[in-house]
Amino acid sequence: MYQEQILDHYKNPRNRGIIGNATVHHHEKNPLCGDELDVYLLIDDDKNIADVKIQARGCAISTASASMMTDKVKGKNIEEIKKMKKDDVLEMLGIPISAARLKCAILSLDTFKNAIVIFEKYIKEPGVKGER
Amino acid sequence: MQSTKTTLNIEQIRKDFPILKRKIHGKQLVYLDNAATSQKPIQVIEAITDYYKNHNANIHRSIHTLGEEATKGYEEAHDKVAEFINADSYQNIVFTKNTTEAINLLAYSLTSKLKKGDEIVISEMEHHSNFVPWQQLAKQRNLKLKFIKINEEGMLDAESVNNNVTKKTKIVSLTHVSNVLGTINPIKGIAKLAHENGALMIADCAQSIPHIPIDIKSLDIDFCAFSGHKMLGPTGIGALYGKMELLEEMQPFLYGGEMIREVNFDDTKFNDLPWKFEAGTMNIVEGIGLGVAIDYLNKIGMGNIQKRDEELVGYAMKRLKEIKGLAIYGPEERGAVISFNVKGVHAHDVSQILDSEGIAIRAGHHCCMPLMSVLKLPATARASFYLYNTEEEIDKMIGAIHKVKKLFGI
Repeated sequence: MYQEQILDHYKNPRNRGIIGNATVHHHEKNPLCGDELDVYLLIDDDKNIADVKIQARGCAISTASASMMTDKVKGKNIEEIKKMKKDDVLEMLGIPISAARLKCAILSLDTFKNAIVIFEKYIKEPGVKGER
Repeated sequence: MQSTKTTLNIEQIRKDFPILKRKIHGKQLVYLDNAATSQKPIQVIEAITDYYKNHNANIHRSIHTLGEEATKGYEEAHDKVAEFINADSYQNIVFTKNTTEAINLLAYSLTSKLKKGDEIVISEMEHHSNFVPWQQLAKQRNLKLKFIKINEEGMLDAESVNNNVTKKTKIVSLTHVSNVLGTINPIKGIAKLAHENGALMIADCAQSIPHIPIDIKSLDIDFCAFSGHKMLGPTGIGALYGKMELLEEMQPFLYGGEMIREVNFDDTKFNDLPWKFEAGTMNIVEGIGLGVAIDYLNKIGMGNIQKRDEELVGYAMKRLKEIKGLAIYGPEERGAVISFNVKGVHAHDVSQILDSEGIAIRAGHHCCMPLMSVLKLPATARASFYLYNTEEEIDKMIGAIHKVKKLFGI
């Protein structure tokens, strides 16, 4: 399970940091593990992800999953994120995930998808600065 | 720590636990999650099978041989528990599902007589089972819940004990041994303080009774709660000890069959102790299984088990301290529990990698979220020991922790 790729993403998460003028910032936590993830998205007028940053605190699986997710969503339209499913994340991770670790693996998916939900719900005009 | 080497024949004991032969991912199982639940000796497993094969019936109501055998077995299990903790009689022993249910029984029943503003004292290190029931009942009944602080060593802060246990206190409920820090709390002294202030003293003995000889008279506690499954018994059975006069005064927690003497359209007379608190068909075979587990513990001797635990914990502490970048939580003098973290690695990853080596430990918040917030930790890894564990198994764990460090480049 702890393949080089996972450990590399854990030790050096891609797109680490914050976006000061993020269109949406969303935080989620898995209280059972203590895994936490902050997602910052800059969404352009065409509803594409112009930039993404994360702050991840947690286990190797949750952090690697969040890191890989940033690479996956950058430049994509929010409609594509809305369509993403659990299996897409498992495929992205490329390792067998036991039932006990599933929550770690999909924290990133939940956080990204809910960031989009919040974006659509609270931010009527794309490109407007906002944080929630 | 005791210096005398144990005389227990560990190899012989291990033969009584069939699961220890299991292979996990091709490796020999090393079971170090005993604080979560213990493994079961063949004697307990066979008693359960034998009951279902040869004696199964409902208790206390059947006028036939099987019913009488089942009743006898179940009642004798109460006697065994009473004797095990030096209680006067089976009437002091109420069987419950587990520690959690025993504490809920107390929380509901005891707080029903309290007045607005009365105080209940627990501590920051309580398991959720001795935390959430008091928190919720305090909210419902307008009572004040107070928390004894822990000091840097992970022990109850003496000043905080004195400040919190006062004339306003009606109930003090504390864990005997912390399931995270391993701290052994001075229950006897605090019971004395509680009684001087006119409060009742409850001890959560879930983590102590499997490992330490418990004498409720010496501790002078009013109630004590524990689970069977952590002391070699089956799941689904636990017990509440209470002083007779207190149990007699208390309102039942669950109403229904079995807990009654006489039911009329307008009122009900309740059954004698302890059956007044054992409504409905209980976990009969689990109760009998708990009795057999106690027989097993008595055969080995609780004093011997305590000594053996001390050896194992002492050895594990020594070996763990040799590892650089490892944080160990809790005091030096402790029960059979060691919580730790490998710097830079989440406890779940530690546990997962140890599992790949066949080693079962626990990782997470250990049902102590308030304590974890005091410690400012999201999670810890926890190794917990019991009579069948060996120094060789601890060596395997140490080897696996080195593997974690290597894998994560630490």
